[in-house]
Amino acid sequence: MDLKELYQEIILDHGKNPRNKKKCDGFNKEAEGYNPLCGDKVHVFLKLDDNKKVIDVSFEGEGCAISMASASIMTEIVKGKDFDIAKKIISEFLTMIREGSKITINNVSKNENVTMMSLSGVKKFPMRVKCATLAWHTFISAAEEKKETVNTEKID
Amino acid sequence: MDIKLIKSQFPIFQEKINGKPLIYLDSANSSQKPKRVIDRISKFYQKEFSNIGRSVHSLAVTATNRFEETRDIVKKYINAKSREEIIFTKNATESINLIATTYGEKFIQKGDEILITELEHHSNYVPWHFIRQRKGAVIKFAECNDKGEVDVDEIRKLISSKTRIIALTHLSNVTGAILPIKKIIDLAKTKKIPVLIDGSQAAPHLPLNMQELGCDFYAISCHKMYGPTGVGILYAKKKWLDELSPYHGGGGMIEEVKKDGITFAESPAKYEAGTLQTAEVVGFSESIKFIENIGIKNIMQHEKEIMEYGLEQLRKHNSVKIIGDPKSRGSIISFTIKGIHPHDIATILDEDGVAIRAGHHCCQILHEKFGIAATARVSLGIYNSKEDIDVLSKAINNCKKVFKI
Repeated sequence: MDLKELYQEIILDHGKNPRNKKKCDGFNKEAEGYNPLCGDKVHVFLKLDDNKKVIDVSFEGEGCAISMASASIMTEIVKGKDFDIAKKIISEFLTMIREGSKITINNVSKNENVTMMSLSGVKKFPMRVKCATLAWHTFISAAEEKKETVNTEKID
Repeated sequence: MDIKLIKSQFPIFQEKINGKPLIYLDSANSSQKPKRVIDRISKFYQKEFSNIGRSVHSLAVTATNRFEETRDIVKKYINAKSREEIIFTKNATESINLIATTYGEKFIQKGDEILITELEHHSNYVPWHFIRQRKGAVIKFAECNDKGEVDVDEIRKLISSKTRIIALTHLSNVTGAILPIKKIIDLAKTKKIPVLIDGSQAAPHLPLNMQELGCDFYAISCHKMYGPTGVGILYAKKKWLDELSPYHGGGGMIEEVKKDGITFAESPAKYEAGTLQTAEVVGFSESIKFIENIGIKNIMQHEKEIMEYGLEQLRKHNSVKIIGDPKSRGSIISFTIKGIHPHDIATILDEDGVAIRAGHHCCQILHEKFGIAATARVSLGIYNSKEDIDVLSKAINNCKKVFKI
């Protein structure tokens, strides 16, 4: 049963048909994420305007279904939101993945909430948690212009 | 040969994984341990333990004898010329680092060439990379062909007057290819180039005969040979051990220590500084007895049969692609499934109790060459049977079901 929780329809769909998997036009920030244990790579491209609103976001990369679906979902969730809000959402997402809590922040729609929660199954697969969180960390790294590649072995 | 009886000697197989019997197909990573090895370690701590070496009390004598007996057992098993040629290390990685550091320090200078292959595990590349950095040396990579092999001609092509050492694997941990190391060693001898063999994958599955092979160095990880973790072996020809400098400094490896100078012990003590993993080394003597009781040729034959059955069953899955097709293959099969990433395969297989490895298997150069980031790898031990392959095959069907392929 746990497998079905891990590989939910939403994840399989995003894994097979990832959204925003390209270099988005006019991106002004980018960052790379890498999981040295399994070789998963994600490159996030981001267009932030002067008010730090996420005008566009996309990614390129390769990895397992969980990491690719997670990156795809991340782009859908943060696109169009202010970076400060996106950061709060991501913080709740990461807590949800680690601790199994619910997403309560009211800046996401019901649909978005369900989509994010589709990744909650990874909690039962500790070796796969980093697959699910890599793109989200990398998004923040891009927005905050951290130069170093996000390395899953150096983050929570 | 009664595999069920052999398997029953491994307590781990009484465990359930996710409610299912354990199907262990990750022996290239590390093998499981027979009870006699586990018991031997326990008995050593309970009845014979004290530090080995200099103490004169009875326990120290007993412990020293057990430890040194293991050296004799290893010497005999790999047919080394003398017991002084057997150095206990932490693992094959440390064995290779020991030679890369001590040999590299003395004999490799700026512009000199180190010849390795694209098949090498990171542990037979990174230590040479350190020497490349420190000395300004050059590392040349012998190419592997599309079958996942490296042949003698490829090595011959790359040998030059600047080649100072050839370091290569006996058996690839990804493609399973068994390399023609005897021919390569013979070739190297004509050019007076020493050869280091990474025997991590070969040692558990192939007969070892150092005098016949004639290599200068051979590295072994005992935990892959049904032995304890923390034990490795470096076989090195005595002339090298006499000529090279010590690796680690500390207790046990000295002859005389004065304020203005130190002289060192003879090999093997020279290379075994500090208190070693005594109990584990003693435990390893039982691993060799376990292997000898079955017979390495019988092990080879059994594993070959299961490996060939595995290839046959995997090939029945249209979406499965096997990586490499070596003429001479050890019991390792790496593969991909179209549309499913190896990490997802490993997670789904695990739900059925099937333990495989997914990733680049510490061979990023090789995976890059094949244009893939990761593979799934099945590797066998003496405890595996055709039934295990059948469970694997069913579990692969389950992967396809989950991913709707």
